[in-house]
Parts: sequence; C-alpha cells; structure tokens
Amino acid sequence: MLNKSNNNAPMTLLQVTNISKKFGDFYANDNLNLSIETGKVHALLGENGAGKSTLVKMMYGALQPTSGSIFWQGQETLIASPAHARELGIGMVFQHFSLFEALTVAENISLALPVQLRQGDLSQRIADLSLDYGLPLNPAALVADLSVGERQRIEIVRCLLQQPKLLIMDEPTAVLTPQEAQALFSTLRRLVEEGCAVLYISHRLEEVKQICHDATILRHGKLVAEVDPKVETAATLAQLMVGSSVHQVSRDANGEIGEVLLSLSHLYQTSSAPFGVDLVDVNLQVKSGEILAIAGVAGNGQGELFSVISGEERNPQQHFISLLGQVSDGLNINQRRLLGAAFVPEERMGHGAVEHLSLTNNILLSRHACNDEGSSLDRGWFGIDRRQLAQLNKAISINYDVRKSREDDVAGSLSGGNLQKFVVGRELNRKPKVLVINQPTWGVDAGAAALIRQAVIDLSRQGSAILIISQDLDEIFELADTIAVISRGQLSPSYAASELSREKIGLMMAGSHEQTAQAFGA
Amino acid sequence: MSPYEAILLTIITASTPLLLAAIGELVVERSGVLNLGIEGMMVMGAVCGFAAAHVTGSAWLGVIAATFAGIATSLLFGLLTQTLMTNQVATGLAITLLGLGLSGLIGSGFVGLPGVKLANVSIPWLSDLPYVGRLIFGQDPLVYVSIALTAGVAYTLNHTRMGLIIRAVGQNHASAHNLGYRVVAVRYACIAFGGATSGLAGAYLSLVYTPQWIENMTAGRGWIALALVVFSTWIPGRLAAGAYLFGGVWILGLYAQGMGVGIPSQLLSSLPYVATILALVIISTNRRLSLINTPASLGQGFVPDR
Amino acid sequence: MNKLRKHLELNVQLILEKRPQSSGLMNLFSPLLAIVLTVVVGGLIFAAMGKPPLTALYLYFIDPLTSWWSVEEVLVKAGPLVLIGVGLAVCFKANVWNIGAEGQLTVGALMGAIIPILWGEWQSPLALLAMLCLGALGGALFALIPAWLKTHFGVNEILTSLMLVYIAQLLLDWFVRGPWKDPNGYNFPKSVSFEGWHLLPMWGDGRMHFGLIVSLVAALVLFWIMRHTLKGFEINVVGSAPRAGTFAGFSQTKMVWFCFALSGGLAGLAGLIEVAGPIGQLQPQISPNYGFTAIIVAFLGRLNPLGVIFAGILLAISYIGGEGIQIELGISSKITQMFQGMLLFFILMCDTLILYQLKWISTKPNQPTSGHAS
Repeated sequence: MLNKSNNNAPMTLLQVTNISKKFGDFYANDNLNLSIETGKVHALLGENGAGKSTLVKMMYGALQPTSGSIFWQGQETLIASPAHARELGIGMVFQHFSLFEALTVAENISLALPVQLRQGDLSQRIADLSLDYGLPLNPAALVADLSVGERQRIEIVRCLLQQPKLLIMDEPTAVLTPQEAQALFSTLRRLVEEGCAVLYISHRLEEVKQICHDATILRHGKLVAEVDPKVETAATLAQLMVGSSVHQVSRDANGEIGEVLLSLSHLYQTSSAPFGVDLVDVNLQVKSGEILAIAGVAGNGQGELFSVISGEERNPQQHFISLLGQVSDGLNINQRRLLGAAFVPEERMGHGAVEHLSLTNNILLSRHACNDEGSSLDRGWFGIDRRQLAQLNKAISINYDVRKSREDDVAGSLSGGNLQKFVVGRELNRKPKVLVINQPTWGVDAGAAALIRQAVIDLSRQGSAILIISQDLDEIFELADTIAVISRGQLSPSYAASELSREKIGLMMAGSHEQTAQAFGA
Repeated sequence: MSPYEAILLTIITASTPLLLAAIGELVVERSGVLNLGIEGMMVMGAVCGFAAAHVTGSAWLGVIAATFAGIATSLLFGLLTQTLMTNQVATGLAITLLGLGLSGLIGSGFVGLPGVKLANVSIPWLSDLPYVGRLIFGQDPLVYVSIALTAGVAYTLNHTRMGLIIRAVGQNHASAHNLGYRVVAVRYACIAFGGATSGLAGAYLSLVYTPQWIENMTAGRGWIALALVVFSTWIPGRLAAGAYLFGGVWILGLYAQGMGVGIPSQLLSSLPYVATILALVIISTNRRLSLINTPASLGQGFVPDR
Repeated sequence: MNKLRKHLELNVQLILEKRPQSSGLMNLFSPLLAIVLTVVVGGLIFAAMGKPPLTALYLYFIDPLTSWWSVEEVLVKAGPLVLIGVGLAVCFKANVWNIGAEGQLTVGALMGAIIPILWGEWQSPLALLAMLCLGALGGALFALIPAWLKTHFGVNEILTSLMLVYIAQLLLDWFVRGPWKDPNGYNFPKSVSFEGWHLLPMWGDGRMHFGLIVSLVAALVLFWIMRHTLKGFEINVVGSAPRAGTFAGFSQTKMVWFCFALSGGLAGLAGLIEVAGPIGQLQPQISPNYGFTAIIVAFLGRLNPLGVIFAGILLAISYIGGEGIQIELGISSKITQMFQGMLLFFILMCDTLILYQLKWISTKPNQPTSGHAS
C-alpha cells in the first residue's frame, strides 16, 4: 500500500472470500470466492438469476453480505455504501441506468461525484474526458433526449471522472448496437492498459472471449468454475453456465408461406407518454407461416409499436392496421383477439400478468372476452366460470411446463422463466392466427427460453403469422424468417434473414435506413 | 390611503397564507411526495399559534408555536408514508381530518377570545412614502417571510447542491438510492419544511388575517394551495404569481359582496373554488408546460432492496 | 468523528419486509388493532383533558348501544355512511379518488327536493320513487363533473371533487335562503316541510326509515359484484395494475366514469334519504360531514362492502358517543371528528402490517470473524 505499485505488473485489487447473501430463506450467493487483478478484464458469467447482480452489488456497497469478507488492496474492508465504494475507487455502470431523465448530463454526473471532484468547470472536464475516451457527450443536454447508447456513456464518464481502480459493468452491451459495442471494447482496452481493472458481467459468450482475461462462472448462486475464456469455446462456457447441454431449438425447412395476415401501412402515431417515441411511416407485412422479427436498441419505439398493433393505443380515424384482412384501427384489444390475434407484452409483471392475482385470474385477464376453446368465461351476474378457468390453467401448465408450488398460485410467486412460459402459453394455447410478442425471452433462463422459442416456431409452422420484437440478435437469428430494424420510431424494410449479417443489422440499428431522419429528428 | 391601495393591501394579506402553504408543498412535491394534509397542518398551526399568542401575549411566540405544530403534524404524515409506506393520498386525507378534529378540540376553549395581532413592520420614512410606502415597506413581517421563502426556494432548487438532490430524489428515487443518497431522509426533511410553512400559513390566518380562533378557519385554503402547486408547474415564481392572482379573486368576491352588487353572495363566495377548477383545467390542457418539472416519482413510496 | 459514525452504523434498525403473500389473518386483525389503538390513545387524551378516561370511553363507545333508543339512532346514522362508503370503497379499489361525496350528497338532496318543493301537490308512491331517482341522478351528474375534467383534460380528481363540495354547499345555502325558502317559515333559511309520500316510510320510534334497507341492499349487491363478477375483477385489476388492465381491454376512462357515477349516485341517494327521512325538509346543513366520514368508513371496511357495513356502524357510534360525552362531560363534540381522523390514521398504519412484516435488522455488516478488521 505504501509504495505505488508498477501499473504493468498485475496485483490483486479486490478479493472476495467465502461471501454469502441470503434473502429470506433463499441463498442468492452461496460461499463465493473471487479475486480481481489490476490491468485485466475479469468476466462474471451466469444465467439470469445466477446471482451475478447480487455479488456486484455487495462489492459496490449497495447490499451487505450475510457472511464472508471483502478485501480491498489486501485490507479487509466493509464497503458500507456506494459512496464508500466510490471513495475506495470502485465505479459501477448499472444495467438499468441510474439516471435522471429531466436533469442535464452535467447534473447527472455531478450527483455522483464527491465534493472535491465537483469543483471548477465540471462541464468542461466532462466534455474533455468524454472526447478523450471516444465517448462524446454534450454536458448541457437533457438525458431524456439522449439515446440508450449515449446514456450509457454518461454512466461510464461519471465513473471515469473519479479515476476508478475497478470498474464494474453490468451487461453493458445489452443495449448497444454491435458497432457501439466494439467502440466500448476499445475504451475498456485502453482502461486496462492504464492499469484499471474491469469486472465485466455478461451472458454473451462471444464478447467475453473477445475481451476478457479471466472468467468466473456462477450457477444458482454457487461458483462452478474459474476459466480462461480465451481457451474455452462458447459451447463449453455455455455448458458451464447452464449446467447441462443447452437444448437446441429445431427448425425444419421453412414452412409454407401463405397470405398476409398482419399488415401495417404508412402508420404514424404520436406518443402519448411524456418521453415516448413517435412512430413514423411504419410499413410491414407478416404472412401465414412467417416469423418476422423486429430488431432494435431498446427505447426506439418498440413499446409504442406493440401497443398500436395490440390496440392498447388506438387511432380509430385511421386505416393503418389490417388483421386477417380486416381494417382494425378502430378495434380494441379484445375485438382484435376475437379476430384471432394474440399479444404478449414486454413486461410480464404488471402488464402481461398481475403479481397479486392467482394464475386462473391471470388467465381471465386476456381471455374474458375471447375464450375460443369453450363457452364464455363471463356469465354476467352469475359470476365467472371458475371450472373452465381451472381446466385452462391445468392445460397451460402441462403444455408449457409451468412449474409452481401450488396449482393456482399467485403470479408473483413464480420465477421469471416460469411466469414467462405461463404468459406465452396462455396466448399460444389459443392457437392464434396472428401472434405479436415483445421480447419473448428477455431475462429468462436458457431452458425456458428454448421452450418458448420452440413453441413459437411450432405455431408458425401450423400457419400462423408471427411478429417478434426483440433486442437479442441471437434470438432473432434463431427464430426469424425475415428481419426488419426499428430505429427512432422508423422501421426499415424487411429482409430475408439469410441476407443479413450482424454488422448490417448493427448499422441499421444505428439509423442507416432513416433517409428522413433530419425531417423527423426533433 | 387610497381605496386602490387598500384593495392591493388586502389582496396581499389574502394571498400570503396561500403562498406560504404552497411554497412548502412545492418543495415536498419536488422531492416526490404528495402531502394532501396541508389543510390539517395549516389548521393545527392556526390553533396552536393563536393559543400560544393568547396565553403568552406574544404574537411572535405564537408564530413559533404554529411552525412547530405544523412540523409535528407533518412528521406524523412522514412517519406513515415514509417509514410505514402507507398510501400518500389516504394518509394526507387522514392528516386533514385529524387536524380539523384536533384543532377544534384544542380551540374549543379559545372560541371568541381576543387574539394578539402580529404588528406591521414600520420603517420610518420609507413606509410613509406616497402610494408604495405602506404597500412595500409597511406590511406585516410574515409577508416578507413568504416572499423571502419563495425566493430562497427558487434559488435553492435551481442553483444549489441541496436543490439538485431534492429534484433527483423526486425524479427517480431508485437511482438516487443507487448513488448513495438517503431518499427517505431527504423526503422527511422536505415534509418537515412543508409542515413548517403550512404552520406559518395557519399562524397568518389566526394572528394577522383575522386575529381570533374560528373553527375550520382555513376554509379550504390548504386545498387551494395544493391546486396552486399544480398550477405553478412546480416553479416557485409562477407559484407566487398564482397565489396573488387567487388572493385577488378572493378579495374581489369580498369587495363585491361588501358593495352590495346584485349578485347572490353565495356565488361570490364560490369564486375562489370555481377559479381553482378553471385554473387546473387551463394548466392541464397544456401538458408540455409541466412535463419537465413534474416529479416523476410523485406519490410513490420508496422501499429499497435489502 | 469517523469512529462515531462507525459506531452509529453498528446500530440495529427497524425495517419493513414485504410478506410473500398478504396475510389472511392480518386482514381481519388490522382494523381491530386500529380500533384498539384509537381507544387507547383516546383514553389518554381524555385523561390529559382531566376527564375520567374509562367513563368517557364507556360513554363514547358502549353507552350508545345500551338502549334501544340510541341503537336506533346509531342505525339511522349508519345508513348514509354505509351507502356512501360502499360507493367510495369501489372507487378507491379502482384507484379513483372521489373525495367530494359530501357535495354529491348535497346536490342529490337538492335534485330530489324538486318534487316536494315545486310539485307539492303530487302525492303518490311514484312521487317518492321519482325523488329517489332524482336524488341518485343529481349526485351522479354532479360527480361526473370531476370525471369529465379528469378524462377530458387530465385534471386531478381529488382537487376538483373537493372544490365542488364547497360549491355545492353554497348552492344549497342559496336555495334555502333564496328561491326555495318557506314563505311561511318566519324567514328562517328552510324549505317547506315535506309531507305524505314525500317522506320515506318510517317505523320503530319513528326514526328508523326505508333508507336503511336501501343501504343494506346496496352493500350486498356491491359485495356480490366485487366478489364474483367480471366487473368486480375489472375494478380490481384497473386499480391495482393499470397497464395489465389496458392489456385486458379494460378502459381506464370508462372506469373513471363508472366509479364517479356509481359513488356519486349513491351519495346523492344518501342525501335525498336524509332530507326525505330524518330531516324532512331542506336546510343549510343537511349532513354532519357524512361524505368525508364515509372515506374513513370505506378504509376501515377494508374497501370490502361487507366490511363497510360494520365500519359504518362503528363510525355511527362515534357520532352518537360524541354527542353523549358532550352532554355528560362537557367535552367539545369536535372530539368525534378527532376520533374519526385518528381511526383512519391507525387503519392506514395497521394496513402496513398486511403488506409487510416489521423486522429488526442489524445495519452493521457482518462482523468479520477473523478479528483483524480495520
């Protein structure tokens, strides 16, 4: 500690020994050990729910361990709070940014800095540093007006201003285009050359192989392996993460493509949300037997597009949307369901399902007006047909492998993967002619993701038209027959999946198809 | 004193309690908390202020007592909504009902007793200036307090670290927590500030406006103050303008009644309430105006992960 | 300094931990606990006022139930509280905040009084039926003003519905002092007295009236709707998870209209029942804040129509008890309002027990066992 160590010789910066974190009776982290060295990018790998976020939150002082210790530069240290962590030299870029939309970039950064770093012309320093690291930022801009990629830059710049010794990044590329991700990697490489350590959390194996020096793999809160990612293959890493070989989604040759079942033509929609995205001249067609995937970075109008197609947001005067050959702009979501459409929103909790309601009541949520399999569930003054609901619940649980502790549990007690299987299964069980599904496997474990993807493919092979909105390029290439890209509320033309490369999609995500971007930019 | 001067003076007197109560609530709401209990805190301030002044004979002690009564009532609200995570709307209503009841009980012995009036400031020479003298230099001290508080809040919110933190907490409490700010502590402080100004507003009613104790003497002013905060789109300058406008409407009604205009007195008395509704409609039709300043987490309780 | 801070951080702290499932027992226990706390604190307040606390509490809570006369009085007061309370319970469940029931009650009474005051000669059971309908209609229409302002302009319904209370009361005041003043009433601000079929059927000592049956039926019907029908499900979903409500195809806008129409209609009906029942004419004051007290009734009844019946009776006792101790002990009747506020306060506090459990935790991170901590 007394002598300033040579930056080039790796030394242990942070060490975690026998650390555990218990929530109620549940061990989110069980006796973990980890050490991070200067000048290296250390990967922390694991599936959703493996305990990665819990572990880094303890390193950042946002959570306190139930047992075990943390050593910082060889000293046992209680990291009492995030402020304390920052004092020590630990910076963190969160997956869900901790930014304030209605404040400026400079105000956002200032809030995270200790008093001695706020002196002088902060704006100038932000501009200089961000330029220096290739992360250009306008300090006076309002965060609400920035793209997701730019918002991440704010988080990174505000860490860098504190000259951190350790930078923790939680799934940083999840919200970036492939090109933006490459730019981020060069910034990270420069940082480690300068002697900084990086803890890099991801479940994207290719990029871990590309930039990380060490990797620690977690599963169900336990440490399962420490490996050198450069010598492993993506397949072996995946196996370590998941614990068994991953079920591969099977896709026969393309199904029979039939008539157009869903089409949007020249759709314009002004967003009703405070900082929403307006949809501009959106055109698409999905045919029977076809899976069309819409790629794009989060916050480019996906949610707005979903609610326009589902009928949650309506514009009855227009003729933009046609479902199964019928103009549908004036129809509400249940009338669209009655035509044979089904919808799965992005947020499973609070939108697709209600936390405190039982599963049967959650079935009622999307089925009360359109129970295609039996008689109406709503018997007016005589109440609701509970027997049919119970049967539906049973069928969905069996067909889509929904695991729960009680037959009619409340939605809130299901794990993310099981709830997603339930929410998707509730719609697929109707065998809809048109399915619109936003982020089908966001944040679920590999097993559930494979099951959901397979079920979607099977449905399309039976002649349904399927529209998928996803941020996950792996998923898109696994499922899609055709691909379009959404950027700032504008949708590119659709291309056959075989015609497109990741790089090309990346350029489109960044807006290369927006010929009219200037006109609608504001 | 010319009649116009007199009217302007009474408008200021009618506006000051609204401004006092509203400027505190503005800070409370900027921190993301909706305290509907202004009426209750105000009426507690009014009765405690009157009682203390009557017993001690000192109006200033009354003002101090009112401030503390407001703070104490607001901390009850804080305890429920911030620590026990109760619904803020319902808790605010509870504070109002409790305040009206408790104040009536405390004040039952003071009904009809003579009060102590807070003396006006009188700066020699300056307050004797023609036209503007009384208006600018001869008001009661709480008028200056209300103006100073408004200016202070405007400066604090926009130009100081403390203001930035308050705004951040009101915008996104989860992020503020992640950055290490103590969301609940910041909100408690803001709630207490709101209680203090509401208490002052109550004191203004029972020590300046009508120096006596009358049951329910707030007469809905707390609710109008709440509406003013919405009307101001959470900007202090606009709040002050709104408060004086409302005071004007209030006084107009009173003067019209006094002059025996051929309009039913009930219609004139309902003017402030009608004006409040109209003002809310006008401001709501222009949503863009209030977008940026609307505290995004207004009314939501904050429970950190553990 | 730093050491002191460290020391403070070693303290324990009371925290709330979310229960995995809402506790069924607590659902019943919490209102009971709230009542007990109110009684205890009430006793302390009586003691602080130098009154014998036990006597005062007895007079306040028990005495009203010891004679048939006062039990009838309690039921007569409970009637409007339950009728308004069930409507508000549905509103609050749907996350619609109608705070202006007092105003809707007033306008309902005014509308219903059109028949006895303007068509005094029309004496038939139909006249009474028309009065009841007009009362409900008046309350509902008046309640639709804040509903319209909310759905059309996005104006906060709490403030508008409350402002309309003051306006409604001034309106009533104008009517009874102006056009509807009884010409033979010695210039008192009162309307003519209602007679014959313009009054509700009465029985008992002549104070129990038909309105009590209306309240009971309303509570039972709403209980069935909330518990068993799709409408009840809709109200629950829209109130607790609005986005899921949209996904289910339930319209938020229609829900606002529905809730205001329902609760306003019931409040208006309650107002008409008051003037066509116990009061028998229009006067400047027709309600001892029933519209506001019903807010407490709704919460104390856990927003459940059956619970509201019991809560209504309890709050009615507080009115009668308040009058009782005013006479016996010379305590201001303001004590009633204070007890009511306190009750709401404690219910909200105890509700926390339903969602969360209180736990002491050590805020100190675990003590390193190895003993070489810095």
